[in-house]
This record gives sequence, C-alpha cells and structure tokens, in this order.
Amino acid sequence: MRSAAPTSARVQAQASFEARMLLSNGEQLLVSIILPLVALVALVLLNPGALSAGGLQAATRADAARLAVPGIFALAIVSTAFTGQAIVLAYERRYGVLRLLGTTPLGRGGLLIAKGCAVVVVVAIQCVVLGAVGLALGWRPELTGIPMAVLVILSGCAAFLALAALVGGVLRAEGVLALANLAWVLFLGSGLLFPLAALPDAAAQVLRFTPPGALGEGLRSALAGGDASSLLCVVILLVWAALVGAIASRALRWSD
Amino acid sequence: MSIPTPSTPPRPQRAVEFTEVCRTFGPVKALQRATWGAATGEVTCVLGPNGAGKSTSMEIAVGLQRPDSGAVRVLGADPWRSSAEHRSRVAMMLQDGGLPQSAKPVALIRHLSRFYAHPWPVEDLCSLLGIDGFASTAVRRLSGGQRKRLALAAALVGIPDVVFLDEPTAGLDPQAARVTHEIVRGVAARGTAVVLSTHTFSEAERLADHVVIVARGQVVAQGTVEDVCSGGSLEDRYFALTDGDAHA
Repeated sequence: MRSAAPTSARVQAQASFEARMLLSNGEQLLVSIILPLVALVALVLLNPGALSAGGLQAATRADAARLAVPGIFALAIVSTAFTGQAIVLAYERRYGVLRLLGTTPLGRGGLLIAKGCAVVVVVAIQCVVLGAVGLALGWRPELTGIPMAVLVILSGCAAFLALAALVGGVLRAEGVLALANLAWVLFLGSGLLFPLAALPDAAAQVLRFTPPGALGEGLRSALAGGDASSLLCVVILLVWAALVGAIASRALRWSD
Repeated sequence: MSIPTPSTPPRPQRAVEFTEVCRTFGPVKALQRATWGAATGEVTCVLGPNGAGKSTSMEIAVGLQRPDSGAVRVLGADPWRSSAEHRSRVAMMLQDGGLPQSAKPVALIRHLSRFYAHPWPVEDLCSLLGIDGFASTAVRRLSGGQRKRLALAAALVGIPDVVFLDEPTAGLDPQAARVTHEIVRGVAARGTAVVLSTHTFSEAERLADHVVIVARGQVVAQGTVEDVCSGGSLEDRYFALTDGDAHA
C-alpha cells in the first residue's frame, strides 16, 4: 500500500504553505509590496525628474510611469526571489527546518521546487498589485510585449532564486541578512530600477550582462513592445540561473 | 489513547541495522565501527554522554548524513539513497526541532500530513499531545516543552514504521514526559520500531526493550536492560562503561 502522497500533491502543499508564510510575514510584505509601491508612487507622482537623469525623457506622468513600472516590477522580483528567499533559507538552515523537511516524503528536491513555485505565485501577485497601481498612475504598456515580459519575469525569478540559494545556502544567517540587504541596495543602481542609459556607457555595457541589468532592461524593453534585446536578456538570465544554480547545488549546506 | 497502525503490518525483524559504521568530522571520530540494531515493535533506547555519537547515528539513519564507511540499512534500504516512499515510512524528531518559527502548530501538522497518503488524523494527534491548547501560537513563542510536543507530532503524523526520537523528553515537565512515554509505548505496541536517545536512566528502564550504550563513538554495550545491567543498576553500569569520557 502506498504511504506517501503523490509528488505533485506534496510539492503543491509545500508551495502553498511557503507562499502563505511569505505573504503573512510583515517584513517580507514590506520589502515585496510596500517598498515597491512607495517607490512607484514617489517616482511617478512626486519626482518624475529623478527618471530624467542621463538624458531620459520623463517630462509627463505617463513618461515617468512608462520608465518606472518595469523597474518597479524588477525590484519586486528581486525582493521576493533573492532578498526574501536568501534570508528565509539561511534561517531555515539555522533552525533545522531544511533537515526536518529533508526527512519527510517531500525531500530536498521537492522542497526546492516548491520554493520556486511559491516565489512565482508571490511575484504574480506583486505584478498584479503593482501593475494595477501603475495603470491608475497612467502607465500604458504595449500589450504585444506582455508574453515576452512574462518570459523575462520567469527567467529573472530563476536567476535570482539561484543566487539566493547560493548566498542563503552557504553563509551564516547573520551574514546573509547583511549581504542580501546590501545587494538589494546595490542592485537598485545596477540597471534594475533605472535604465542603464542613465549610467556611463562603460558601466552600462558591463551591467547589461549582470542579473539586475538584464532583468531591468529586459522588462523595460518587453513592456515597450518587445524586441531582440529583451530576448537576449532572457538568455542572459537563464545562463546566470544555470551557472549559479549548478554552483549552489554543490555548495548548499542543509544545516548551519 | 487511540494510536493508528503503521501502513506495513509488523513483522519480527530488524528494522534498523548499523554494521561497522564510521563517521568523522575533521579530527573528531563521531562513530567508530558502530554495530547495533533495532527491531520492529520494540523501543530501543540509545544512552551515552553528550558527543558520544547518538544524534550522528540517528541523522545517518534518516539520510541526513552519509557514513564514511560501514553499512546502514533501515527497512532494508540505504537511507542515503532513500525514495519518497521510504521516507514516508521513516521519521525523525530532531533534537533542535526543525520547526518553522512563524508557523502555527496545528496548521503545521496539517500541512505535514499532506505529504502522506494515510496520515494520523490531525485533530486526534493534536488532542493526544495537547497541541490544541496552543494551536494558534507561533512556534517562536512556544515554550521548550510545547516545541518538543509539536516536534513529536511532526514525527508521528505519517504513522511511520520506524521513528527516531532524539531526546524527546528533554525539558518536559513530568506530566508531559509521562504522556510521551505512553505514546512511545503505544506506537511500539502497534509495530513501529522506536529508537529513542536519552540521558535519563529511569526513562530507559521504563521504556526500553533494547538498550544501546555508546561512548566516544563506539557501542560499549547492548541488549535488554537485564542483559546490560548484569544484576546491577543501569546507572552504575552506564558510568562503569562510559567512565573517562571527556564529555560525561
């Protein structure tokens, strides 16, 4: 007689549990929804001129929204897939949660798949909320670019989850807390929130091939209608996901 | 007390077999050619000083660690390569709990029950262990004893054929410890092999069908309590066998 639930049921149960935990955690809600919302409103309503740096034209509220919303989506993805997951993973190692779940029928592989599914669910909720506010502020995306934007979002989730597994799965919890928050701040100015065109050309050429640069530029390009450059960003993000994922799978420690 | 029967009918066999198992951590020899076993339907108590290799043995038995050498079989399978089906029949209560800090107790047990095809009814299990008394308190706010009861429920919810309990009564008040003892005996009576580590001699004397004493990573005695004690007390025998252990 079979005594384990089917694989899909186990992964679905864990993904649902993880998503509920993420959405009911006040600190996580702050970085995944509240801060991006505040940033969106501030950029579009209060200071559209901040987006005009480096020759970018954001004279009107609609221009500001066109530039700001994709960056805010990218910021929200990084907050959930990288910052939140790295910290959660580190403290789950600290408290033995990963070891406990590793002994259940879910197993380590099922746990990692479930975490990925939970992140995609939360990111989808973030995009719906932030997109709705963006629309209310005057954002008008090119609908033809939305399938490409979904591809960029999914590949961005994969790349930043792999980075989270590497950071959260190797370092001590206190170190992860500091590093993940520092990285979040550094990513903001690395093509994530603001277009790379606002940066010096040499820096932009390098940052284009990094996860924050590829995610931010890919979303801006896709939501403006999509072209070959957004597809290149998807490829860059997937290469990062594969490379960092391979390193993380070898380096990840299941206990602190 | 109503305790469900494991999915596989009990048979008088070795459920856990360690043969010449070695495990080192740098210069520390956690296990040195350890050979011992546990049978279905019995309670096996593992006694030993801190650092003697009790937790390491249990973590190897559930696949959390890999031995350097020797053979480990749990229900006939190598736990390091265990399948989901195998893990549904083997459970462990970790010494440090392994509980998500922001989870609510009953919701957590209900969640874990979804990994199993035929779990212990959640309400019955929570009632049995008194978890319904702190059902909606986040794990991080629970007392040490409450966490122990929750960790025990997490280990039992799948109605395992083999369960490893790492110091399940440490920090419990006498009433809670007694309830735990009754559950352990009840689970074993239904055919589960229970392997329990403890520092409490009275607990071992009360519960154990089989005793394993470890010191410095080696098994220094095993058998029934009567066999191991040879007419003396378990406490005297333990100190005679583990005397000189730096961690004792």
